[in-house]
Amino acid sequence: MAAGFKTVEPLEYYRRFLKENCRPDGRELGEFRATTVNVGSISTADGSALVKLGNTAVICGVKAEFATPPPDAPNKGYVVPNVDLPPLCSSRFRSGPPGEEAQVASQFVADVIENSQMIRKEDLCISPGKLAWVLYCDLICLDCDGNILDACTFALLAALRNVQLPEVTINEETALAEVNLKKKSHLNIRTHPVATSFAVFDDTLLLVDPTGEEERLAAGALTVVMDEAGRLCCLHKPGGGGLTGAKLQDCVSRAVTRHREVKKLMDEVFKSMKPK
Amino acid sequence: MEGTTQTDAKIRTEYGTDSSSRGPGCSLRHFACEQNLLSRPDGSASFLQGVAEKSRERLIRNTCEAVVLGALHPRTSITIVLQVISDAGSLLACCLNAACMALVDAGVPMQALFCGVTCALDTDGTLMLDPTAKQEKEARAVLTFALDSVEQKLLMSTTKGLFSDAELQQCLAAAQAASQHVFRFYRESLQRRYSKS
Repeated sequence: MAAGFKTVEPLEYYRRFLKENCRPDGRELGEFRATTVNVGSISTADGSALVKLGNTAVICGVKAEFATPPPDAPNKGYVVPNVDLPPLCSSRFRSGPPGEEAQVASQFVADVIENSQMIRKEDLCISPGKLAWVLYCDLICLDCDGNILDACTFALLAALRNVQLPEVTINEETALAEVNLKKKSHLNIRTHPVATSFAVFDDTLLLVDPTGEEERLAAGALTVVMDEAGRLCCLHKPGGGGLTGAKLQDCVSRAVTRHREVKKLMDEVFKSMKPK
Repeated sequence: MEGTTQTDAKIRTEYGTDSSSRGPGCSLRHFACEQNLLSRPDGSASFLQGVAEKSRERLIRNTCEAVVLGALHPRTSITIVLQVISDAGSLLACCLNAACMALVDAGVPMQALFCGVTCALDTDGTLMLDPTAKQEKEARAVLTFALDSVEQKLLMSTTKGLFSDAELQQCLAAAQAASQHVFRFYRESLQRRYSKS
């Protein structure tokens, strides 16, 4: 009987739960799904991480290659993120060129990297004007059950922390780069941006970490990206219902708590990886 | 085609014709708006304000979807084509304003009007509304908001750069105040248009 009601009136079905301040999967309005992270699983990549937020799974692989620095910034390298939403993650997506959602997600990740300054592009330069690192960050969604943006930013952060770049010296006589694979060092990650997404229901209720179903029913969405100093790198609200300043404030406070949770989880994972 | 569109008059605000002067009492640049200038579409507007693409399209589309009463037009596609004639900063806000005016001109039923306002924060924390292209480039953070006309609630926001929580609230409050000017301009320009015809 409940299943029938849910099919016919999904929004009303949800409202019944929201009135009791909980959601069909048993979570409270401000509760995240179980987050798991697995680092370094792809041996062929320079850095990788798999993040699962409930059913949503995103894997990030980082490959470092050489490139000539851009002519207008000869002492900078590149960080190139790309989000791929293949048909396997959801029946919404078709194979072929990246759809709008994938493009928007890629742009969002690029903005987060740029705004938060998590990696100084100057750190990626090997020889000004001649050689620099380019980090290709490929984020592939394995299972799309809502809240892609949070999973992508977390996966990216964990993968970048996992990246180890070999030492490169330029041989003066031959002017060729010599890579020393035995000496590897981690990237200098300056800030740790963490994204917190909300779904807006009926202009007043904010649900943290929406599932795929909740995203479809919601009137709007909001993503807040914070770093550890409490600064906002990004406030992404692509249309949808109106929000007052006070509600926005609540979201920001929730984002602060989420940052602490994520940072703790990531530190634990990296600490457990140390003895190698 | 040229003859039929000249029934409407060009509408300009009283703030003077200098494109770089800012109106008294607010720090937004001079506005101008022209409506119904194309004959083929159902509605059109050009919005002049002051002197990334799929992402921006999606932001504008989602904002429009939130206010347009789509349920009154089932199985209908409403296409909004925005052509940038010149970009002197605050482009997204100008696009939002143009989209809103065009929807009004087309007679599409909406829950509320919306407007776009851009804020820039420079390195020492000073707030600038409606920045020029140069100010945007030098700013520490640029925030663009879309606000509705009923309660000035936040419909859309997109930001670039780093800023604190307090600065966000400050920018939002300033944007809400500035949006009043934009909505007043909408009302005046529409009044003038309909009083002449």
